[in-house]
Amino acid sequence: MRWRFHTDLTPDDITPREVFVNRRRFIAAGGALLTFAGMPRKPFAASRSDVLKDTPTRYEDATSYTNFIEFGNGKSVASRRAGALTIKPWHVRIDGLVDNPGEFSLAELVREMPQEERLYRFRCVEGWAMVVPWRGFMLADLLKKAGVKPEAKYAAFETLLRPSEMPGQKSPLYKWPYREGLRLDEAMHPLTLMATGMYGRPLPKQNGAPIRLVVPWKYGFKSIKSVVRITLTDKQPPTTWNMLAPDEYGFYANVNPHVDHPRWSQATERLLGSGLFAGNTPTRMFNGYEKEVARLYEGMDLRKYF
Amino acid sequence: MHAHAINAFLRRLPPWPVYILGVLAIAAKIWLAASGHMGPDPVRTLEQELGRLGLQELLAVMAITPLRRLSGISLLRFRRALALVAVFTIAAHLAVWLLLDVQGISAFWREIIKRPYITVGMAAFILMIPLAATSTNAAIRRMGARGWRRLHMLSYPVILLAGVHFIMLRKGWQAEPLFYMAAIMMLLALRLPWSVRPPLRPRRG
Repeated sequence: MRWRFHTDLTPDDITPREVFVNRRRFIAAGGALLTFAGMPRKPFAASRSDVLKDTPTRYEDATSYTNFIEFGNGKSVASRRAGALTIKPWHVRIDGLVDNPGEFSLAELVREMPQEERLYRFRCVEGWAMVVPWRGFMLADLLKKAGVKPEAKYAAFETLLRPSEMPGQKSPLYKWPYREGLRLDEAMHPLTLMATGMYGRPLPKQNGAPIRLVVPWKYGFKSIKSVVRITLTDKQPPTTWNMLAPDEYGFYANVNPHVDHPRWSQATERLLGSGLFAGNTPTRMFNGYEKEVARLYEGMDLRKYF
Repeated sequence: MHAHAINAFLRRLPPWPVYILGVLAIAAKIWLAASGHMGPDPVRTLEQELGRLGLQELLAVMAITPLRRLSGISLLRFRRALALVAVFTIAAHLAVWLLLDVQGISAFWREIIKRPYITVGMAAFILMIPLAATSTNAAIRRMGARGWRRLHMLSYPVILLAGVHFIMLRKGWQAEPLFYMAAIMMLLALRLPWSVRPPLRPRRG
C-alpha cells in the first residue's frame, strides 16, 4: 500500500529523499522476499488474482517477457539479445515547438529531474498484464524545463535507431525508428512518467534502457522504450503500430474493456506469473486509472478514437 | 530394395505406442505449464504449443500417403493412431482455450461468432469429429471401403482450415504460418492426379 500512487500528486508532492531512499532499500532488501522469491503457487485459487493485482509482478517475469521488436519478434527475444545494446553515453534530444531545444545527457536528466517511485499496472494490447514498480520522473517536469510553446499540441517520441545492435531493425516490416505520440495534455498528465529504473534497479535493457515512457492507462505499445528524441508538434504525429495496422491500433490506445481488438476481446486480462489456473481478471476502464484520466477524454467517442 | 527392408522392420512394430507417446506429449506440456516452466503467461503459451503440435501431427498424417507413393515406405499401420493423437492434441488445445482462457460458454459462443480465425479453427475441429468417430474397423466395415474413404477426404479441408486458422491469428503475413501452409499445399498437391506417381509396388525383374 505504501507504494500506491495517489491521484492528487503534483510536482510539489515530491517524495522526501529519506523516504525515497528507504523505499528503495525496502524494494531491494525486504521486497526481495515479498516480490522476487515468488508467490506460493496455489492452483484454482480464484481470489489470488485480486490479491496480486497491486503486488509487483516477479522481477524475473517482468524482465523475461517483453515486446521489444527492435530485437526481434517473440517475448523472450529481447531478454536474450538486448545485452549488446550500448546505453552509455545516452542523450535525449528535445526539439520542435519548445523554447529551449537541445540534447540532454541521461545523467543530467536523472540529476536535475525530481525522481519518484511509482507502482503502476501495465496492460499489453495482447491481453497480458503486470504490475511494475518504476523509478523515474514526470514527463511534465521535463517538458516544463524545455519550455513548451503555446502552439504545441502533441509530443512525438522516437526510439534509438541502431540496427547494428538492434537486429530487429533489419526487418522491412516496420518503418524505423519506432515512433509514438501523445496529446499534450496526456504528456503533461502527472501519471505520465519517464522511467529510468524498475524494482529499485536501473532499467534492464530488454525493458527499454536507459530511459522509456510509461503511460499506465494506455496499452503497453504506447510506452515507447529507449527514447532518444522528443519532439513537440502541432499535428498528431505518426505512430508505429497505427501506421502498420490502423484498424487494430489507434493513436489513443487507451485501455478499454468495451472496445475489442479485431482478433480478441479486451474485456479481460491474464496477469503475468499468476499461473495456469488463476483465470483471467476483468480489465478496467483506463486500466483502473479512470478517476485520474477520464476527464481528458470527456465528450470523445472512445470507439471512434480507440 | 531399402523400402522392403524398412517395411519389414515397421511391420514388426505395434501401433499402440503412438497413442502412449501422443498422450504423454500432451500431458508433458500441461505439466510444464502448470509447474511454472512455460514462462509467465502459461495459458497463452500452452494454447499455442498444443495448437502447433496438433498441426504438426496432422501434417505427419497427411505425409503418409505421399511418402508411400514416392519412396515405397509404408507407415499406413500407424496412420489411425497418429490421426487420433492429432485429434486429442487439438481437443486439448481447444480445452485450454475454453477452460483456462475464455472461461465460460457465453464468451465461447461470442468468440466463435465474432473472431473469424476462431470460426475457422472451430470448423476444422468439428470436421474432425466424424473422422475420429469412424476410425474403428467396425465403422469401416459398416460404411464400406469406398464410403469410408470418401468421408475421410474431409481431412483435406480440415488441414487447410487449420493452416488458414494459423495464418489468420498472427498479425500480418508471418513466416511461420506461411511455412506450414506451404507444407500443407505441397502434401495436398502430391495427391492430385497429375502429380508424379511412381508404381506402388516395386516391379519384379
